Amino acid sequence: MRIHFLSKILALTALFCSIGLSAKENAQTEETPQGTKAEIKAYIEHHLQDSHDFSLYSYTNDQGEHVYVGFPLPVILWDDGLKIFSSSRFHHGEEVAEVDGNYYALHHSKIYKTDASGELNMDAEGHPINVKPLDLSITKSVVMMLVTGLLLIWLFSSLARSYAKNGGLPSGIGRFFEPIVLYIRDDIAIANIGEKKYKRYMPFLLTVFFFIWFLNMFGLTPLGVNVTGNIAVTTALAILVFLLTNFTGTKDYWKHIFDPLGDGMPWYGKIVIYIILVPIEILGLFIKPFALLIRLYANMTAGHVVLMSLIGLIFIFKSWVGGPLSFGLSFAISLIEVLVALLQAYIFTMLAALYFGFAAEEHDHGHGDETELAHL
Amino acid sequence: MEKLINEFSFGLFFWQIFLFILLLILLRRFAWKPILNAVNDREEGIKNALAAAEEAKKEMQNVTADSEKLLQQARAERESMLKEARQIKEKMIADAKEQAQVEGDKMIRAAQQSIEGEKKAAIADIKNQVASLSVEIAEKVLREQLDNKDRQLKLVDSLVDDIKLR
Repeated sequence: MRIHFLSKILALTALFCSIGLSAKENAQTEETPQGTKAEIKAYIEHHLQDSHDFSLYSYTNDQGEHVYVGFPLPVILWDDGLKIFSSSRFHHGEEVAEVDGNYYALHHSKIYKTDASGELNMDAEGHPINVKPLDLSITKSVVMMLVTGLLLIWLFSSLARSYAKNGGLPSGIGRFFEPIVLYIRDDIAIANIGEKKYKRYMPFLLTVFFFIWFLNMFGLTPLGVNVTGNIAVTTALAILVFLLTNFTGTKDYWKHIFDPLGDGMPWYGKIVIYIILVPIEILGLFIKPFALLIRLYANMTAGHVVLMSLIGLIFIFKSWVGGPLSFGLSFAISLIEVLVALLQAYIFTMLAALYFGFAAEEHDHGHGDETELAHL
Repeated sequence: MEKLINEFSFGLFFWQIFLFILLLILLRRFAWKPILNAVNDREEGIKNALAAAEEAKKEMQNVTADSEKLLQQARAERESMLKEARQIKEKMIADAKEQAQVEGDKMIRAAQQSIEGEKKAAIADIKNQVASLSVEIAEKVLREQLDNKDRQLKLVDSLVDDIKLR
């Protein structure tokens, strides 16, 4: 009630002030709105990408130079031999790094091989056509993965140890995490995979859930990392799900794909149907993990884009209405994003468990055939 | 789609796979296995404890039933004992009464007999005394009336007639 009242007062004050001030503000603006918009767009795009150095923030000083606050990260390239050097040599993409007589330039978070001048040859669409060496750098995302990994190991091994010390009960922050672990066991793993086989999938499900959740949450911090919104990361996770599903697939699982009708139909009848059915089933094998990777990527990226656009609105409006308004909006979206972070981790884990459930499924044949025939 | 492919970074993909599998192995070894085992053990413990409690409850019920039965038995026994005692008491009283009756009767009979004896003795005594008295009277009468013979005889006759003893 009180908060509601306060927010009304704030909104009213903001409104009155803006009427007086907005005109003056607009007159003082020197940059064109288009310029600001382009800058914000570039900034958002830059933020969504991985980066070779860990920059916390940057500003332009009195001399008109860009000053970056952060620390460089190691660049690891495979280009006729392993080449390791600090990303500080690129000076945030402003300079060409010379390593062992080769020159490398940074363009949109990608490293290209260039000549000494650092010229990039662009194609018609504006993409560089220079050679890209194999880049295994420890980028910002890799650092965040390492941090998350260490955090997870520390958190959960201490939870594991607290059981021994505390007589079978969790202590400290473990009391918060234990119910989540139990939820994943009871309502995700057992519910989808079944009592008999869920145990072998538990480590993967737990790891993937906490890994995604923690990285999603890190993405909401001002560190500005967008790990789970990176297509390479979600692809890697989806491929692991795909491999685990198909390598643990039972005879029934494969039979369901290549011979879904079983003995319910003579072979000459099956051939006609299977020409359509089997390719669809095989396609389904790949579509399932593909949906996983796109869902996580799109959700996290969209959240970041919306959030950053709303923050960017402050610099476009530059008024007493727009500022608080976009602040309020971005605050609300932030809260939703906290929910989305958990939700996406849950959905990924849930669907992975569902696919594992298909793979681990073993049904008795007579009954299975009947139900499948009934479906047709 | 082209943008996505363009954005795809093989380095990041490699690190993600490598780090994730490493993390999976480490967490599995140091966290998930111990955690799930501990939780499982705890759940088993709780289940066992509940079962044991249920067992104990049943046992307790059995014990209560047993003791109840014992109590019932004891009560019945006491009842029967009391009844028996009462019967014995009544019998004893009856016996005593009977005995007393018999004894009393015996005593009464003895008393009657002795009374009878006494009476007989007394009567004999009286008879003797009466006899002597009558002799004395007769003496006296004789002495008085000895002078008159007729009268003497008449008197004796009437006197003897008067004395009518049982």
